Amino acid sequence: MPVFRLRLGALSAALALLAASSTTSIAQKKYDTGATDSEIKIGNIMPYSGPASAYGVIGKTEEAYFRKINAEGGINGRKINFVSYDDAYSPPKTVEQARKLVESDEVLLIFNSLGTPPNTAIQKYMNQKKVPQLFVATGATKWNDPKDFPWTMGWQPNYQSETIIYAKYILKNKPDAKIAVLYQNDDYGKDYLKGFKDGLGAKAASMIVIEDSYEVSEPTIDSHIVRLKATGADVFMNITTPKFAAQAIKKNAELGWKPLHFLNNVSGSIGSVIKPAGFDNAQDIISSQYFKDPTDAQWKSDKAMIAWNEFLDKYYPEANRADASVMYAYIVSQGLVQVLKACGDNLTRENIMKQAASLKDFEPGGLLPGVKVNTSATDFAPLSQLQLIRFKGETWERFGEILSGDVGG
Amino acid sequence: MSAAEEVVTEGQAVEAVPKRAMTLGYGTSLVVLVALIITPLLVKNFIIFQMTMLLIYGLAVLALNILTGGSGQFSLGQSAFYAVGAYTSAILMEHANMNYALTLPIAGIICFGFGYLFGKPALRLSGVYLALATFALATAMPQLLKLGFFEHWTGGVQGLVVTKPDAPFGLPMSQDMWLYYFTLVITIGIYLASVNLLRSRSGRAFMAIRDNEIAASAMGVDVALYKTLAFGVSAGITGVAGGLGAIAVQFVAPDGYTITLAISLFLGMVVGGVGWLPGSIVGSAFIIFVPNIAEGISKGLSGAVFGVLLFLVIFLVPHGARQVAIVATQLFGKLKKN
Repeated sequence: MPVFRLRLGALSAALALLAASSTTSIAQKKYDTGATDSEIKIGNIMPYSGPASAYGVIGKTEEAYFRKINAEGGINGRKINFVSYDDAYSPPKTVEQARKLVESDEVLLIFNSLGTPPNTAIQKYMNQKKVPQLFVATGATKWNDPKDFPWTMGWQPNYQSETIIYAKYILKNKPDAKIAVLYQNDDYGKDYLKGFKDGLGAKAASMIVIEDSYEVSEPTIDSHIVRLKATGADVFMNITTPKFAAQAIKKNAELGWKPLHFLNNVSGSIGSVIKPAGFDNAQDIISSQYFKDPTDAQWKSDKAMIAWNEFLDKYYPEANRADASVMYAYIVSQGLVQVLKACGDNLTRENIMKQAASLKDFEPGGLLPGVKVNTSATDFAPLSQLQLIRFKGETWERFGEILSGDVGG
Repeated sequence: MSAAEEVVTEGQAVEAVPKRAMTLGYGTSLVVLVALIITPLLVKNFIIFQMTMLLIYGLAVLALNILTGGSGQFSLGQSAFYAVGAYTSAILMEHANMNYALTLPIAGIICFGFGYLFGKPALRLSGVYLALATFALATAMPQLLKLGFFEHWTGGVQGLVVTKPDAPFGLPMSQDMWLYYFTLVITIGIYLASVNLLRSRSGRAFMAIRDNEIAASAMGVDVALYKTLAFGVSAGITGVAGGLGAIAVQFVAPDGYTITLAISLFLGMVVGGVGWLPGSIVGSAFIIFVPNIAEGISKGLSGAVFGVLLFLVIFLVPHGARQVAIVATQLFGKLKKN
């Protein structure tokens, strides 16, 4: 029966084809806990309450950004389910929340958890569990350590690489400088100081004439500035958080102290630091940046800035647009979306780390022109480029090339 | 006005709790114990971890309860003792490679000494003044831990990472479950010892001081000794809790032991019922779970929601869990009669 045989042949061919196609589609779709055909579950931990609650706005912006991504159809057809918990910046609470996210909510990964002590508290746990601790929101240098902690990755340029850049600039342009350093007495201040000394190298001991520190709890740092000025230093390395940075700039002007002033980029915001301190007092201060300051007039008609404003208008209208954290969160959220897109249908934790470690010249909207995100299997510091900026008139003027100060953990 | 007069006119700061009312009946204790032993076998590791934290904070609240409910002294400085205990355990484990179980008695002894010494000058203070003095201790502690002088041992602001112990003798249980049972045994031990302490001669002396200091001293109670002793015992137990906390969380850092922790423990004691030892666990549950519930209701206003919940508790059951327990037993008794 040739007809029957033919039919049978066609049928079996069709069956074989079907089987082949279905096996390939099964092979393509790979999931770990937290990912399905319709959803990707992302965990996050933020200090919505407590001493660092000002940073809570980062979590809120990220939530808004993922709402936007979901409204636009999600990532490869999957919606993001963003679960964000409060740890009040207390490490024991961070551990509890991280375990809740991983073991109870069963998220695919924890994204952009904030603060050095909280992230240190959960780093070992995350790596034991082999759950990505992706793009942590801290500038400490230790997150770039893929050998010992292959499941943890940083995001922003770390503090040490920033002060290394200032140190290099001083060595080149003012080799006989007498440097006064003021830093906040905590992990952030000390990390910056270490980078600065490493950058100066052997000359650190002779060039730094005074190292002074203040506590966050001090109401004002005026007396410190007076002490610094008395040493006759002609370079001022200002490692302070916004409130204190504004005080320092103002006090400098009052005392008539005019050193070459380096300001760490934590306090580079025009809206929250320079303007309150007075534009006149802030002329010629040198700092560095990697993303566009939304309060800087030069970006007013910039394409990325317009997109940012549109996003905020629609999804987070109550945001304070002078707050650099909103921009920060906008950029890092794009980083996560990029990684998830690159993962395609292979949403395993291993593939997520693999894709996160293979970002090449990625440019999320909001970064300065020329600054790019780059990672590799041995480089877990996605952003490590900065550009020097100098304050002129009412805005930051970029000068020199894009600089890189990569340091490993 | 002399100090003595002040004490007399001030009246009682803490309501007198008869010592019988400080514990649970045998039947109830047994039910609670069985529940504590069996539950971990049925739930996820995360819940076991939460239960471990429940016991640890329970111990710290219990310690405060002995001090306030037992001897009538206030303390807002328990976080400092907790921190000293946690750091003692962490440093001994990480720098001296000591077995975790051995670090706990050492943490307890060091904190006992610390508390006893602190109790000496605190003798001159009472009521709110004592609370303020201990408050100062709690505010100072995180900064002391950050001092450059100690940094080699404490890790400064970066803190210390602690290795979690495996179950010994190759027992087939997870680290979390082992640590839970380990904590449970210590908690039960300390609980029984505390109950015995309060029923002993010393305990009666504590309560005599709490109820009326002058009368107590007239009856021959060495007020100074027993007041400092109460401080020492309370600090020692808090230190053990701190050590266990460091092992369970696997990390110690100054930011974990701020004044917020001291206030949480105080809150736990009030919610659990001042002077009612079993209430410590209820109070501990309140400070661990209610913030999570508040966050679940509203993320932006979690603090406010927590405040409202706390207010409701204080308003409806001012004596905390003890009051609930008493009402429950009365209801139960009525049902039995019918």
